Amino acid sequence: MARHGLLIDYEYCTGCHTCEVACKQEHNYPVGKWGIKVNEIVLETFDKITIDYIPFPTDLCNLCVQRTKEGIPPACVKHCQAGCMMYGPVKELVKTMEKKPKTVLFAPR
Amino acid sequence: MNKDQEGEKIVRTTVWSPGAGCHGGCGVKLHVKNGRLVKVEGDENHPWNQGRLCPRVLALTQYVYHPDRLLYPMKRAGERGEGKWTRISWDEAFDTIEKKLKEIRDQFGAESVLFCQGTGRDIGGPISFLAYAYGSPNWVQLGLAGQSCYTPRLAAMFATQGDYAVLDAGQFYEKRYDAPEWTPPKCIIVWANNPVPTCPDAFHGHWVVECMKRGAKVITVDTRTTWMASRSEIHLQIRPGTDGALALAMAHVIINEKLYDKEFVENWTFGFDELKERVQEYTPERVSAITWAPKEKIINAARLYAKSKPASIHWGLPVDQCPEGTTVAQAIAHLWCLTGNLDIPGGEVIARPAFGVTTYPFSSHELTALYGEEFVKKLTGKRIGAKVYPMVANFRGWAQPDMAVDQILTGDPYPIKAAWIQTTNILGGQAADTRKHYEALKKLDFNVVVDTFHNPTSMAVADIVLPAATFPEKESFRSWWAPLSVVVPAIKVGECKSDWEINLELARRFNPGAIRYKSVKELINDRLKPAGVTFDELAAEGSWMMPPEGHSSKPYRRYEKGLLRADGKPGFNTPTGKVEFWSKKYEEWDLDPLPYYDEPPESEVRTPELLKEYPLVMATGRRSSVYFHSEHRMIPWMREIDPDPIVEINTKTAADLGIGDGEWVYVENRRGRIKRKAKVTPTIHPKVVMVPHGWWYPETDGREPNLFGIWDINCNQLIPTGTQSRSGFGGGAYKTTLCRVRKLEKER
Repeated sequence: MARHGLLIDYEYCTGCHTCEVACKQEHNYPVGKWGIKVNEIVLETFDKITIDYIPFPTDLCNLCVQRTKEGIPPACVKHCQAGCMMYGPVKELVKTMEKKPKTVLFAPR
Repeated sequence: MNKDQEGEKIVRTTVWSPGAGCHGGCGVKLHVKNGRLVKVEGDENHPWNQGRLCPRVLALTQYVYHPDRLLYPMKRAGERGEGKWTRISWDEAFDTIEKKLKEIRDQFGAESVLFCQGTGRDIGGPISFLAYAYGSPNWVQLGLAGQSCYTPRLAAMFATQGDYAVLDAGQFYEKRYDAPEWTPPKCIIVWANNPVPTCPDAFHGHWVVECMKRGAKVITVDTRTTWMASRSEIHLQIRPGTDGALALAMAHVIINEKLYDKEFVENWTFGFDELKERVQEYTPERVSAITWAPKEKIINAARLYAKSKPASIHWGLPVDQCPEGTTVAQAIAHLWCLTGNLDIPGGEVIARPAFGVTTYPFSSHELTALYGEEFVKKLTGKRIGAKVYPMVANFRGWAQPDMAVDQILTGDPYPIKAAWIQTTNILGGQAADTRKHYEALKKLDFNVVVDTFHNPTSMAVADIVLPAATFPEKESFRSWWAPLSVVVPAIKVGECKSDWEINLELARRFNPGAIRYKSVKELINDRLKPAGVTFDELAAEGSWMMPPEGHSSKPYRRYEKGLLRADGKPGFNTPTGKVEFWSKKYEEWDLDPLPYYDEPPESEVRTPELLKEYPLVMATGRRSSVYFHSEHRMIPWMREIDPDPIVEINTKTAADLGIGDGEWVYVENRRGRIKRKAKVTPTIHPKVVMVPHGWWYPETDGREPNLFGIWDINCNQLIPTGTQSRSGFGGGAYKTTLCRVRKLEKER
C-alpha cells in the first residue's frame, strides 16, 4: 500500500487537544501515553507575538489502521474541531501542501 | 438506534450538561456494549458539530464510570463537613425532602427556599419547574455576583431589539456553510471571548474558525493575546472592564465618519440623534487613555467592522462582568444595529428557541406562558431584588444573587431557611466572596445538593445528596436556538436520576393539583407540541430537527416580514417597533436609556491609592479546553493536559518580581490570598494577571477544614459581592479587582 500520512494545516490548528483525547479513547491509552501530542510554539517576533500549535504523531500512532481499513478516518482527523487535519496517501497530501501555506506533513510509518 | 457488529448498539443523541458539562448542542453516537458505554464518536450527520468533538466529550467514559461518582442518594450522618454519609433509598430521600420543605413552606412561606443553579445548562428548565411548583420566586444563580453571565447581554438585546441575536455561522441551516441562504461574515469582532476552548451560550466556538477559512477577517478585543488574537487583523488589548468605553468610541467613529447603514438607521431605528449626541464625549483619544488601546487601532477597528458587510460580533461573558454590564452590552449591540447587520446572512442573526419550544425560560414572557400570568406576577412581587431593581422584576425570573446571599445572613426582609442546590458547585465555582457564601449556606436549616460528584459545596453544606444522571443516562430536550433536539438515554449508571426526573417527582409532591405529567416523556411531549413532533419521533430521526422556512425561529430579515411582533406587523418587538438606540424599556426601568461608560469599582482611575499597594489587575475566568468551570478536575485524561491552578503573568512583570516560570506564588488583595503556579508568558498584558477559576483538588481531603483545597486556591475569595450594576444585572468584578503577586518560597 502506498505510504499514508497526516497533513496538518497549522494556520487553523487552535491547540484544543481534541486529537490527543480522541486518540487516547480510540486506543485506550492511559495517562502519560500519547499517540499524538500538541506542541505550543509561542514566540515574540519584532512587532508581535505569534502562537502556533502543531500536533505531532508519536511512535504510538498507527494511523488508526483499524479504522481506515473500514473506511473511517483516523480518530484525530475525524474529531479535529478546527477541521485542520487530513489523512490520505502522501502523494495526494503533497498536492494540497503545494497550494496551502502553513502546512506540515507527517508520515509516521 | 442501530445495531453494529458484535452486539454493540449505537445511540444517536444530543449533548447537554453533565458529562460534557457545557452548554451543549453537539450530536454524538454513543457506542454501548452489554449496557455499558464503551466509546463516543461525533455524529457526522448532526449540523451543529458535523462529527467533531471536544476533549471532554471524548473522555466521557472516564466521567461516567469514574470511581468517585455519586451513585445513590445519601443523607448526612455526622456534622456538616465531617464527610459522613449514609446510603438511603430514593423513597426515603423524596419523603424527607418533601416533609422538610413543606414544613418550611407552611411556617415561613415558599419564598424562604432558594433554588440554586449554575451556568446555562439543562437545569434552568427543571429547576424553574420545581421552584414554581413549590411556589418560590427565588430561582437564582447563587454566588454569581451581578448575575453576570449572559443575562445582562440578553436583557440589553431584549430591551433594545426585542429579541436576542448571535453571530451567524449558518447554524440555523441543516447544510450549514453550504446553505445557499448563508454568507460568511467578512469581518468578525471576537469581543471578550476565546471561542477556541469554549462553546458559550449555545454557540460552538470553532464555528468562528470555519468563518475565518471562508474569508472572515478578525478583530479581537482581549487583554490576552489568544490564538484568535494572533490570527487577527487588529488586536485591541484593552484594560479589563473598559469594553463599554471602547464600544462607544467605535460608535463615535462609525457615526461621525458616516459609516453607518443609513437606510437601516432611517427606517428601522429609534433614537439615533440622541445616541449621536451621547457618543461625542467618547472620542478615540479619550477612550485610548481609558482602555490602553492605541487611538489608531480603535479607529481602524471601527472602520474595518463598519466597511465590511456582512460583519458580525461574537461576544463573551466579560461584557456582563464589566461595571454596568447591561449598558456595556447595549453599547456593543448598538454597533451591529448602526451597521445594519441585524438578522442578515453573515451578520448578527436573531436567535429564538427552535419552533418556539421552551426548555429553559429565557424571558418573563416564557415564564408567564408556562405558569400563568397571575401566578408569575404574584411570585415576582416576592422575588429577591425585584423591588429594588425593575429589570430584575421584569426581565427573566432570576432573584438577584448578591442580595440573596445577604438576605440569608440578615433575614431581611424575610428569612431564608433552605437551599435546593442542583448541579452547581457554589463554593468551588461561581461564588464571589466564597467565605460569605460558605457562612450563609451553613446557616440554613436544610440543604439538598444534587450533583454527579462530591465537591466542596456538597461536603460543606449538604444534608441530603442526590446523584444526578449524565447526558447519556437521561431523557431531555433542547431548543436553545436551533436545531430542536432531544437527549436520548443509552445507559443506566447506579441509581442516578436526571434533573427532570428528580424535579418532576418532587413537583408532583409539592403541587399535586397543578402537575399532571406522569412521566418526563409526557412533559417533554407536551412542551414539544409547538413543533408538532414527539420525543420518540425526534429520537428516531437522529435526535434533531431544524425549523422550516417561514417560521419565526428561522432567519432572515424577519423584521421586514412581520415575523417578530405579536401583532404580525413588520418591525421589532420593542415599544416603538424599531431598534431603540434610546431605550424606552431602560427608561421604564429607571435606567439611563442611552449607553455610557463607568469605571470598575477598583481601578487605576477610581482607586489610585489602592493601586499603589495592589498594582496588578486580576482577571479571572479564562477557559480551558479540558474543563468546564469547576468540573473535570478528577478526569485523568483532562487533568494531565491542564494539571495545575496557574496564574498567567507577563514575562517582564515576572522578571521584575523575581518570579520564574513554574514557581508557586501568592495572589493577594485585601480580601485574602491564594496560591498559584506562575505561568510566565508574553501573551498576557504586563499590568494584568489571569487567574483561571473553578479550581479545587478532588484528589485531596474533602472534609473540613480542607474542603478539597478551596481555601488555598479558589480565586473567587478575592472577588467582592455587591458590585452589581444599577440594573441589578451585571457588574460582578470577576475581571477587574486589583491584586499583587509575590513569590512563595515553599511549594504547596
